[in-house]
Order: sequence, then C-alpha cells, then structure tokens
Amino acid sequence: MTASATPPSVSPLLSMRSISKAFGGIPALSAASLEVAPGEVHALVGQNGAGKSTMIKILTGYVSRDEGDIQFDGGPFEARSPQDAQHKGISTIYQEINLVPFRSVTENICLGRESRRFGLLDWKAMHEQARTLLARFKIDLDVRKPLLRFNTATQQMVAIARAIGFKAKLVIMDEPTSSLDEREVAVLFDVIRQLKSEGVSVIFVSHKLDELYEVCDRVTIMRDGRTVRTAAMASISKLELVASMLGRDIAQVAKSATAFGGRRAQIGDVVLAADHLSAGHKVHDISFSVRRGEIVGFAGLLGAGRTETARLVFGADPMRSGAISLDGQPLVPREPIDAIRAGIGFSPEDRKYEGIVPEMAVSENLTLALMPQLSKAGIFDEAKQRAIVEKFIKRLGIKCSGPDQKIRELSGGNQQKVLLARWLAMNPKLVILDEPTRGIDVGAKAEIQTLIKELADQGLAVLMISSELEEVLEGSDRVFVLREGRNVAEFPHTEASESAVMTAMAHGDSDLIPEGSAS
Amino acid sequence: MTEVQIQAPPAARRIDALAAIMRYSTLAALILLILFNVFFTKNFVSWRVLDVNLTQVAAIVIVGVGMTLVIATGGIDLSVGSLMAISGAIAPIIFLNKVFYVGEIHVAVALAMIGGILLAGAFGWFNGWLITRFRIQPIIATLVLFIAGRGIAQVMTNGSLQPFKLDTFQWIGLGRLFAPANASPGDFHGVPDQVVIMLVLVAAAAWMLKRSLFGRQILAIGGNERAARLAGVPVAQVKRWVYCISGLCAGLAGLVVIAINSSSDANQVGLGMELDAIAAVAVGGTLLSGGRATITGTLIGALIIQLVRYTMLANGVPDDVAKLAKAALIVAAVWLQSQGRA
Amino acid sequence: MKKTSVVAFLASQGVLIALALLILFGWLRYDNFLGLFNISTVLRYNSMFALVALGMTFVIMTGGIDLSVGATAAMSSVVAALLSPYGMLVGTLGGVFAGLCVGVINGFVIVRLRILPFIATLAAMLAANGTGLLLAKDESVSVSYESGFTDLGQGDILNIPIPALIAAALYIVGSIVLNLTSTGRTVLAIGGNEDASRMMGLPVNRIKFLVYVASGALSGLAGVILASQFGAGQPIEGVGWELFAIASVVVGGTLLTGGLGSVGATLAGVMLLGLIFNVLNFENGMGFISLSAYWQSVVRGVFLLIVVILQSQLTGRAERAETR
Repeated sequence: MTASATPPSVSPLLSMRSISKAFGGIPALSAASLEVAPGEVHALVGQNGAGKSTMIKILTGYVSRDEGDIQFDGGPFEARSPQDAQHKGISTIYQEINLVPFRSVTENICLGRESRRFGLLDWKAMHEQARTLLARFKIDLDVRKPLLRFNTATQQMVAIARAIGFKAKLVIMDEPTSSLDEREVAVLFDVIRQLKSEGVSVIFVSHKLDELYEVCDRVTIMRDGRTVRTAAMASISKLELVASMLGRDIAQVAKSATAFGGRRAQIGDVVLAADHLSAGHKVHDISFSVRRGEIVGFAGLLGAGRTETARLVFGADPMRSGAISLDGQPLVPREPIDAIRAGIGFSPEDRKYEGIVPEMAVSENLTLALMPQLSKAGIFDEAKQRAIVEKFIKRLGIKCSGPDQKIRELSGGNQQKVLLARWLAMNPKLVILDEPTRGIDVGAKAEIQTLIKELADQGLAVLMISSELEEVLEGSDRVFVLREGRNVAEFPHTEASESAVMTAMAHGDSDLIPEGSAS
Repeated sequence: MTEVQIQAPPAARRIDALAAIMRYSTLAALILLILFNVFFTKNFVSWRVLDVNLTQVAAIVIVGVGMTLVIATGGIDLSVGSLMAISGAIAPIIFLNKVFYVGEIHVAVALAMIGGILLAGAFGWFNGWLITRFRIQPIIATLVLFIAGRGIAQVMTNGSLQPFKLDTFQWIGLGRLFAPANASPGDFHGVPDQVVIMLVLVAAAAWMLKRSLFGRQILAIGGNERAARLAGVPVAQVKRWVYCISGLCAGLAGLVVIAINSSSDANQVGLGMELDAIAAVAVGGTLLSGGRATITGTLIGALIIQLVRYTMLANGVPDDVAKLAKAALIVAAVWLQSQGRA
Repeated sequence: MKKTSVVAFLASQGVLIALALLILFGWLRYDNFLGLFNISTVLRYNSMFALVALGMTFVIMTGGIDLSVGATAAMSSVVAALLSPYGMLVGTLGGVFAGLCVGVINGFVIVRLRILPFIATLAAMLAANGTGLLLAKDESVSVSYESGFTDLGQGDILNIPIPALIAAALYIVGSIVLNLTSTGRTVLAIGGNEDASRMMGLPVNRIKFLVYVASGALSGLAGVILASQFGAGQPIEGVGWELFAIASVVVGGTLLTGGLGSVGATLAGVMLLGLIFNVLNFENGMGFISLSAYWQSVVRGVFLLIVVILQSQLTGRAERAETR
C-alpha cells in the first residue's frame, strides 16, 4: 500500500474547483472540487447520487459544467466530447467494457488513430502497435482475434491499452473491478502501479472500499453533490471513510459491516434438495440443500458457476443431469414458470438486463409474476392488484412517488426492493437472490440485508449469491463454496472464517467438505 | 439513512406536464387537421366526405390493430399485405364454387370468409413459430411470407382477376348499418359495415391491451423479454398468438378490400399495406421498440395520414406531391413524439 | 470452438457452394445455360440489384436498414431518362446525384433527428416514389437514343456487359473500403456496439451519414442502368428491390444486427437469388413443368427461409460454444 500525500511543491495534474451543475433545476454538484497530482492514484468515493458520476461526465465531456474552473496539465481544460477529452489526454475505462466485441483486439486498441500506408490501413503496423502496448502490461495474446474471445479482465486491459495508446495522462476508472475476480483484480492493480510509475495518474471510482486501500494514494469523499473530505488513504480508517460517505456517526457504522448480525433461531426441514446437477461447461456435479428459515450462501470467484447453478434450479437454463426436489417432491423445471408454480422465486444479478421492465410502472413490475393469479378469466382485478402493491410498498419501504411511477425512475436500491416484492407477493417457499445488493449504495444495502434477514426469520428459505465476502460470511447459516463449476466446500456459519472460505474459493481444497454433508 | 428525493421540484414537474401534452399531440394534430379542413376545404362538412375517409382508412386500421400488437412485443410483421392477398384469393375460390360445390350460398360465403381469415391466421401462426422456434428476427421471418405469400396467392389464382357480384358477401365492403330508407344524396347513408367492424375491433383490442392478462403479457415481453420470461410469462406462446392475430386481422382486411372492389386481384390486394399499417402505428405513438402501445393511437395515426392526403387532394394538390407530404408527416410525427418522451 | 466470424465465413462459403451447385445443375440440365447470351443477360440484369445490395450491405453493417432503395432507383431512372438527351455522362451524373440527395436526406433524418432507420427510410421511399411520379408525369419516360445514353446499359466491353463491369468494380472498391480503411472498420464497429464506438471517440455520426448517402448514390446508379438498359425511366419500377437486397445480404451471411459481414458474400447472395429466377425461366422453357412466373416468388421465399433457419442454427451453436 503506497501512501503519499502530495508534497505542496508539486503542481497538480488536474484541478477541478468549485464545480456546480444542475439538471433541470435539481443540483447535482454544489461547488465540488477535486485535485489529482501527477503519478497519483486518487480514489473517488460516495454513495449513488453523491455526484461522482457527474464529476466524471463533466471531465470527460459528456455534460458541461454550470460553474467552476478546470485546469489540466498546466492549462485550462474544456472537453466538448469524449473524443475531445481523449485527444487532450483524459481517457475513461468503464464498468461495462465499452469496446466492440466482434472486432479484433487490434481494432479496439487502434481505431481512431490508425497507421496508414498509401492512404489505406497498415494492418501489420497496427498489429505491432497493439502487441507492444499490451506487452507493457505483460500481456501476450493474438491481437487479430475478436475481442469477445477473451475474458472480461483481459478486455479491461485492452481498454486500458487503448487509453495509453492515446497518450492519456489521466485515466479515469469507473468501477473497473465489478466484473473481475480476485486474480484478475490483482493483475489490474499491477497495471495501475505500472501506470503510476510512468507518471500517469488514475482516478479510481469504486464501491469496494478494501480495494482502494490496496492501490490508492489519496481519497476524495463526496456526499450530496459536495466534496466532503480529501485525505491520504493511510490516514483515514475504513470506518471513517464510510461514516463520511453516509454522514453518520462512526460508532453506528462500527457495529457491523453488514446489517445481517445475529443468528437465525429456527431452522427447519430441507426445502430444496439439489443432487448432482450438471449443465453445459459451467456446472459439474453440484449438490446442495436449503432448509426452511435458513440462508445458504454461495461463495466463489467470478465464473465459478454460482449463477448458472441457481438458474438451473429456477428452470432458466436447461439441465443436463441431476435431480431437484422441493419439499420432498421432485421438480423438473423446464421453464421458469415451472419453478415459480412450485414456489421458487429468483432475483437476477443484473436488474436492468433481466429484472425490471423499464417502461412499466412500479405496480406492474411488482405484480409481474403474480399476474395470472390477479386475473379471473383473463381479466385483471385492478383493486386486488392495487391492494397488494400498496401493501408491499409499505412493508418494504419502497420510496417512490406512487405505484404508477415508472420503475426506471427509482434508485437502484428501490428497484431491488420492487424485485424482492415481486417474489414475496407469491408467497414462495424458496427465494434465490443473485447479488441482491450489487450496485446499491451503503444505506440501501443495509435495508435490503435487514429485509433478507427478517424474511429468513419468518421461515423463508433463502439461497444467496454474493461476491461480497462479508455478506456471505455474516449472512449465511451455511456457506457453499463453488470453484470452476464444482462444489468444493461447505461450512456451517461457525466455521466460515474469511481465510477458510477464501482458501476454498482460490484453491478448492476438497478436504474441506465435512463428512456426511452435501444434501 | 439518507433519503432519496421523491418529490420532484416545480421545474421538473413542468417538464412532466409538457411531456404529457406531447403524448396527446396525435389527437391534437387530428383535431387541428379537421378544423383546418372545416374552414378551408369546400364541402368538407358532409356525410359523403366522412364516409369516403373512414372507408379508405378501415382496412389499414384493421391491419394496424394486429400490427400494433406485434410491434408491442418488440417485433414487426411485413407479411400482412401478402396475407391479405391470400385471404382475398381463397375467399372467391370458395364462394364462387371453383373447387367444390356448396349448395347454400350463405354457407358458401360463411365458409369463404372463415376460410380466408383462418388461412391468413394460420400463416400468421407460422410466422410466430419461425420467430420463436428458430429465434429468427421478425423482420426476416415475416420477409419470407412477404416474398412467398403473394406468390402463393398468385399461384392459387394464376394471377388472374376474380370478379364477382355477390351481396351476400359484399356487405362487408359495401354494406351499411342504420341506412335510412329514402336518403337523397348528401344525407346520412348509414355507417359503412367495415367502419363498424373497424371500430369494434379497435375497442376490443384497446380494452384487451389495458385490462387483460394477455395484454399485460404482450407489453411485458416488449418491455423486457428476459425479465418477462424470468417472471413466468409464457413468452413463446404469447408471441405466436400475437402473430396469429396479426394474420387474422390481415385476413379480415383482405376480405373487406376485395368486397369493395367487387373483384380479387392477387397482384394488387394489400400491396404496400404493411408500410401503411406501420406508418399508422408509428404516427399513432406506439414505440417501435415495443413495451408501450396504443391501439387508439393507431386509429388516430391512420386518420391523420388519410386526412392529410385528402386535404391535399381536395385542395388540388397532385397525388405525387401528396405522397411527399405523407412522408414528411410520418417523420415529423415520429420526431415530435420522441421529443415528448423522457 | 467456432468463432462467430467463422460462422459468417462458413455461411458465405455455403452460399458459394450453393451457387456452384446451382450453376452445375443449370449447365447439366439446360442447353445454352452457360452460353454467352444467357450469362451476359443474367449479369446485365442483376447488376442493378447488385449495386443496390452493395449499399444495403454497408447500411446493415451499421445496424441500420434502407427501405428507400427501390423507390430511389426508380426516381433516378426517371431523372436519368429526362437528362439523357444531353448525353450519357450528364444522364448518369444526374441519376446518381438524385439518389445521392435521397441518401443525404435519409442520413440527416436518421443521424440528426434520431429517427429509427426503418421509419425514416420508409418515409423516404414514399417521398422518392412521389417525386419520381411527379417528374415523370405518371408515365414512363423514354430515353434519348441519339445521345449514346443507352450504351451504358446495353453495351459490352470484351463481351462483358458494361453494367456488370461497373458493379464488379464497385464491389472491389467496397471490399477495399471495408477491409483497408478506417471508415470501413468503423462501419463494422458501429454495428457491433454503437455506444462503445461513440465512447471510443469514433466519428459515428459522420460514418452513419455516409453509409446512407452511399446507399442512395448506389441506388441512383442502379436507376441509371435501369433506364439505360430498358430504354425508359420507370417511376413504378423498384418495388421490392429493397427486400431483394436485404434477402441477398442475409443469404450472404451478414448479420442483420450489424457488426459482421462481407461485401463478397452479398454478391454471392445476389447471384444466387438472381440465378433462381433464371433457372425457373429455363425450366419453363423446357416444357416439362409449366411453372408460372409466380412460383418464382414462392421459391425465393422458401429459399430465404431455408437459409435463415440454417443460419440461426449455426449461429446458435457458435454462440453456445462461445460462452466462457
């Protein structure tokens, strides 16, 4: 962990002062500031809505600022478009890989500043360039292959190589690690340190606070459109960081990392029993069980097969072999409707992609799975629908202007609550939650975690997949660890320590499966 | 815990109101058009004019209803014109006893009409099957019948005209409801049957989209198909039915058109209808990407397009220029609506 | 593991194989199938469609579509015919320019007004149709034979029809542009992921505008050849050309969603679909079966169906093999 506060004698590479911006009368930024030194890795943190993305958008030329001054690389800075910002030395890496998957690695790196010979593209030279750039990060691959042939981490590297090729002095990384597993994150951090040594600065935006301590020098905390605090990473504790982000008292935050705390009292009989599930390349002979009132956590690196396994149980993907039984009755879900009728609910990991129907209202999204039960002879019972929707809005504390508000206007946390309500309204026996708190700010996270805990306390069986180890460790009664499509370990809550679980995730030591468990 | 702002401040509320106004722009435009004609076009306010316009629009709206549903699921149906030709080809074959003899003329006509509509519906179902079974894009899947369907109709009739004069059948295109016994020209002549059919269909479909399970399923699929599937909506089944309905509507429209013309020409029936229907749907406010649809919008859209053309013709503008105006109108209408949407 | 680009490659090879088989069939079965007259006629006639399909390929590769090509060609044929008394050059330039104008309008409406290509080019089709009829006063416009205008469509160089030479030359240019210029690569990038292309700083708007202009100009040229070949500008021709072009592109293996494709594959698609017509004519001539011309559309439709189903199976398998 490098810790360096900027010596006052070195002039900053980037200086944003008193930036203000309002959208349609609603202020997004109020006199916010940010300063980054050359060769510095600077963290930018804050809850959703705190203003981080607006600052970035202004810097990269997506939106214009209303007030304030920006100085970059010794002169005033104004970007009219992302392309413009790129040519002036500021590049951005996004959470979603914003490259073109069908195109080759070379094209993704070189398009926009190609080498030419007699007016036509010089492929040989471009391939060479791409290779050289990637070699700086110790990456060696066939640059002629289409980008989609490579995994997410490598694609991130390609994105960074593109940024470097454009002679970026400042690289903004917006949630770069959300799709990466531990090993890939380590590679990314090496790359960042490499950039640093070359004098390139990095603005690192992330929700994952632990990572910041690994690679960042300083941190700027934003809250409600303002810059609240800037400090050297070494001089601020994680608790202080979170407290500043939330504007809360340290003592309150210190109690626990997640809102799960406390243990379930009653764990009943087995609700879901899955035996030797196999499908495609990603699920090999996985067996597990979930009991009434129990929260079972699936831990594992990205690509371990957790989501794929869950989708099998829900009938979202076809199963090659294996058996599932719910409450003792065999279940062969060929389509999600089969699992739903049996009493299973599934909240997918990507809300936007397969969770919400954006054009529809909160009430319609909430009752999406319940629709057949709300209609008699094919006609909707509007009153019944209204009653259920209002009940759940109240019970889960969904913040919206009313049941008719379009769901896409809600914050991530509230959207997730609507999705949860979708399944709760069905009175399910088992609910599968895939990354229930992903992309949600700290405050809403706690709300959802509390909700999950309450549901389990009331007797619901919960299968929870999470990439945040704390969530899995604190929230689960039992933890199953998956690695490369296999079930490699099972830990009851008392034995699920961070080191044990992480060892299993990384190395898959099969000795760790206790005797007589699995189903 | 930080509260998320739920009450939009006044500035944002003003923008919402503007968007709402934009959404009613189609109706407003229609009203403006009508008013313009009332003041500037000779003899506009007459039964005859209303009659002519509604009649010309009926077939497009009937097809448009089915098209709206298809587009609501995020798809498109290019085959409707060809399906009209097929329905228009088989009906006379049946009621003119060309293939087999049916004694009772009413039975023959009933058979012909049901046969035509159902055959078109079956082809529509085929479209749906192609799309769901093979995951073929709707534009390509329906392109197949667009190309082959008219050919099928032409092969059935060997490209020749089938003229007929049969009141038992032609009521659907030429008949009128509530026709007073001794009306002189210029008086109310009753409502054309196809207009009645059109209005009933629009009402039924609009109600279905809003109040029925099927309607909600259609909108969910168009809004986010993956999410709909994960919520237990029978996506494939709904899609097949929607394309089938589109085929049924096309079949019905085909019957209306040949009834009006007293003849069935497989080369001409429904030519260009798919684009007319899509234009009506788009101008009417239904999102081409799916998830949000309005059946009454399609009716208004078709009326607007028709009225613009009529306005031009009635005021001496040549037909070709009217086409240009129609094109500009479609672009303007779609653009305006995209501005009104957040 | 198959690559998705391999699938497109295979699909285009599949077309070449089917094409070769069809030629073989025709050669074996009919006299004069491979005779100079037939080859020359087929090439001459289909070069119009080939040009339209070339423009359509680029448009589809950006993830768009151009429904106005047929009407534009018809309108341009009228313009060319009207200008033909002033010579071949003037007539040609006039027709191409007319098509170019349609393309510019399309580009503007799609890029600036952000209207979906489907709707925008549908409106353009209407407008071009109306304009063509207007200029032609609702009937065919004869070309002037004295000015040498008809040489373009009806002439040969070394026994090869001039229209075919023009089409071949433009296809070569198109292929070079696609593979060896940044414009071409950007076209593919846009179709692959338009948002990402924008974020990568590529001149998305400019290139999108250009493909529609190119499509319009190529349709214009096709219209010129139409007028020159048949001796008259025909405002009502062109119906269905756009769908023929789309079918050729799809049959050739270019993905309708954009991002992947090849110019040569489209050419193979055009030839294949065109040859079906030719084969059917021969069949009729043989007298063994009397297939009316109407069967032609049915056969084309069925053919498209088979190709599309096959493609969906292949792509599906490749996609499944692709997922990590």
